[in-house]
Amino acid sequence: MTDTTDTTDTRVPVLRPRAATPRAAAVRPSARERGTRLLAALFLAPTVVGIVIFTVVPIIGSVVLSLFHWNVIDPPGWAGAANYRSVFTDSTVLVSFRNTLVFMVFAVAAQLLIALSLALTLNGRMPGWLRSLFRSAFFFPLVLSAASISVVMKYLFNQDFGVINWLIGLFGIAPVPWLTSEHGAMATVIIVYVWQQFGFSFLLFVGGLNNIPKEIHEAAALDGATGLRKHLAITLPLLSPTLLVASVVGIINALQVFEQPYVLTDGGPGDSTRTVVMVIYEKAFEQLRFGEASAVGVLLFVLIMAVTAVQFRLSRRFVHYQ
Amino acid sequence: MSQATLNIGRARYALGPWARIAGLTVCALLTLGPVVWTVSTSLRTPADSFNLPPQIIPTHPSTAAYRGVFDQIDVWLLALNSTLVTALIAVGQMITAGLAGYAFARLDFRFKKPLFGLVLATMMVPLQVTIVPVFLVLKSMGLTDTLLGLIIPAFPTAFGTFLMRQYFLGMPKDLGEAAMLDGAGPWRIFRSVYAPLARPGLAIVGVLAFNYHWNEFFRPLILETSGQNYTLPLGLVSLQGNLGTGSISVVLAGVVLSMLPAVAVFAVGQRPLREGITSAGVNR
Repeated sequence: MTDTTDTTDTRVPVLRPRAATPRAAAVRPSARERGTRLLAALFLAPTVVGIVIFTVVPIIGSVVLSLFHWNVIDPPGWAGAANYRSVFTDSTVLVSFRNTLVFMVFAVAAQLLIALSLALTLNGRMPGWLRSLFRSAFFFPLVLSAASISVVMKYLFNQDFGVINWLIGLFGIAPVPWLTSEHGAMATVIIVYVWQQFGFSFLLFVGGLNNIPKEIHEAAALDGATGLRKHLAITLPLLSPTLLVASVVGIINALQVFEQPYVLTDGGPGDSTRTVVMVIYEKAFEQLRFGEASAVGVLLFVLIMAVTAVQFRLSRRFVHYQ
Repeated sequence: MSQATLNIGRARYALGPWARIAGLTVCALLTLGPVVWTVSTSLRTPADSFNLPPQIIPTHPSTAAYRGVFDQIDVWLLALNSTLVTALIAVGQMITAGLAGYAFARLDFRFKKPLFGLVLATMMVPLQVTIVPVFLVLKSMGLTDTLLGLIIPAFPTAFGTFLMRQYFLGMPKDLGEAAMLDGAGPWRIFRSVYAPLARPGLAIVGVLAFNYHWNEFFRPLILETSGQNYTLPLGLVSLQGNLGTGSISVVLAGVVLSMLPAVAVFAVGQRPLREGITSAGVNR
C-alpha cells in the first residue's frame, strides 16, 4: 500500500525509475521498499514511543486515576464519581476555574491588542535598523524565565518600596496595593504575564503582515483607503488566519498559567489568584490527593478542548484564507 | 510602482512617522525597563538596594551582591545541572525531530496519516493534565528526583517534528531522485543529501528547546526534591525564599546570573528563535 496522503507537496509526480523494469513490478515489495519501511520505523520510533509513554498513556492514566482514591501510600480504592463530586463542591477548585477564566479573557485580549498594534505600527515606514531594534526589544522578555521575571516583578510591584508605586507617585497617584488586594493581585499577575508573553503574538503578527502582498495595500491606497479604514477593511481580514493561531495558542497557554501566580502571590490574597494548575499542583504534590488532582486535570483538559472547538467554530465565519 | 501616489497618501498625516517612533520608543522602554532595573540594582550594595528614586547608574557600584549569591547557593552546581539538562534535551530533540520529520515528509510507510495526526494532537495536550501519571511513570522507572527524569520525557517534540516535516517538504524532491538513480539507498539519501541541508531547521529546533527548557520551572519543581538536583530557576526562587525581602540586590544578582545564557542565546540564536515562532503562525 503506497501512501499518497502528502497533500502539501504535489508539484512533481514521483519518479519511480525502477517501475519501468519488469522485475520491480513484482507483487512483493522490492528490497528498496522494504528498506524504506524499516528506515521509517527506525526514524519514527524515538518520537512515537516517547509520545505514547509520556503523553498518550498519561492521558488515559489521568482519566483512570480520576476515578480512584489514591494517596501513594495506601493502595488505591475505587471512587467512581466521588472525586468529581468533591471537586465540584470544593470552593477553592471552583474559584480557581473562575480565576483562570477571568485571567484568560483579560490576558489574551491585552496580549493580542498590544501585539497587534505594535506590529501594525512597526509595519509603517521607518529605517530598517530602528525596526529591528524595536522588534528585538519587544521580543526580548520572551527569552527570560517566567519564574525569575516574577521574582523581579514582586519587588517592582511592592506597595511600600516598589518602583511602580514610586513612579505613579510622581503623577500624584496614591500607592496601589498591587499584590495585597484581591483585584490588585489579579491585575498584577495579568500585567506580568502579558509583559512577558505579548512578544509571542507580536512575532506571529509580524510574520503574518510580511506575508501580505504589498500590491494589495498599494491597490487600496489607489482606491483612496487610508489609516484605520485600510487596516479594518484589508489588513485584518488578510491577517485573520494568523489572528486565529495567535488567539488559539494564547488561550491554551493562558489556561495553563502557573509560574506568575505561584511566585508573585502564591494564590493569594485568599484564593483570589489561585489558578487551576496551582490547584492541580497543590492537590497532587502537597496534599497527595492524586485522584482529585487528576479529576481537576481532566476538567481542565475538557475546558481547553471546548474553548478551542468554540474558537474554530466561530473562526469559520471570520477567517479568510487567501 | 505607485510610489508617488503612496507618498501623497502619506503626506496627509505627516506627523505619522514621528508619532509612531515615539510611541514605539515608550513601549520599548516599558519592555526593557524591568531588565535594566534588575541589572543596575544587582550592582548596588545591599544597603543601597531599596533606594528610591532608583539609580540606573549605581552611586556605589559593587559586586557584593554577586558574592552573596555564591555564598547562599551553589551557583556552579545549579548552572551545571541546568546546562546538562538543557543541552541534552536540545540535542535529543534535534535528533528525534530531525528523524521523525524526515520520515513524515519523505518516506512511504503504512499508517503515516494517523501517526502524524497523533503527533499533532499531542501538541494540544497541556503538560499539567498529564503530570500526575507522568510522575508515576517516572517513579516506576526510578527516575524521580534525577536529572534523567527531566531529560528523557522531553526528547519527543511534537512541534519540532512538525517544524522539521515542513522543512524537509520544502526541499526539492529531485535531489533525492538523482541520488536514487545513482544507486543510493534510502539511508544514504537521508544521510548524504537531505540531512546536511536540514541544519538551519535543526538549529531552530535546538534554540527553541534551549530557550524553553533553560527557563522551565513546573516540571523541575515537581520532579526534583533534593537540592543537589535543582536547576537555576528553582534555586532562584528558593534564594528569594531564604532571604525574604531582606536583600533585593542578592536575589537580583542571582536573576542576572541565570539570565546570562538566555541572553547569549538571544544574541546568537535570535533569528532561529524568531523563525521558529513565526512559522507557528504562518506555515500551516
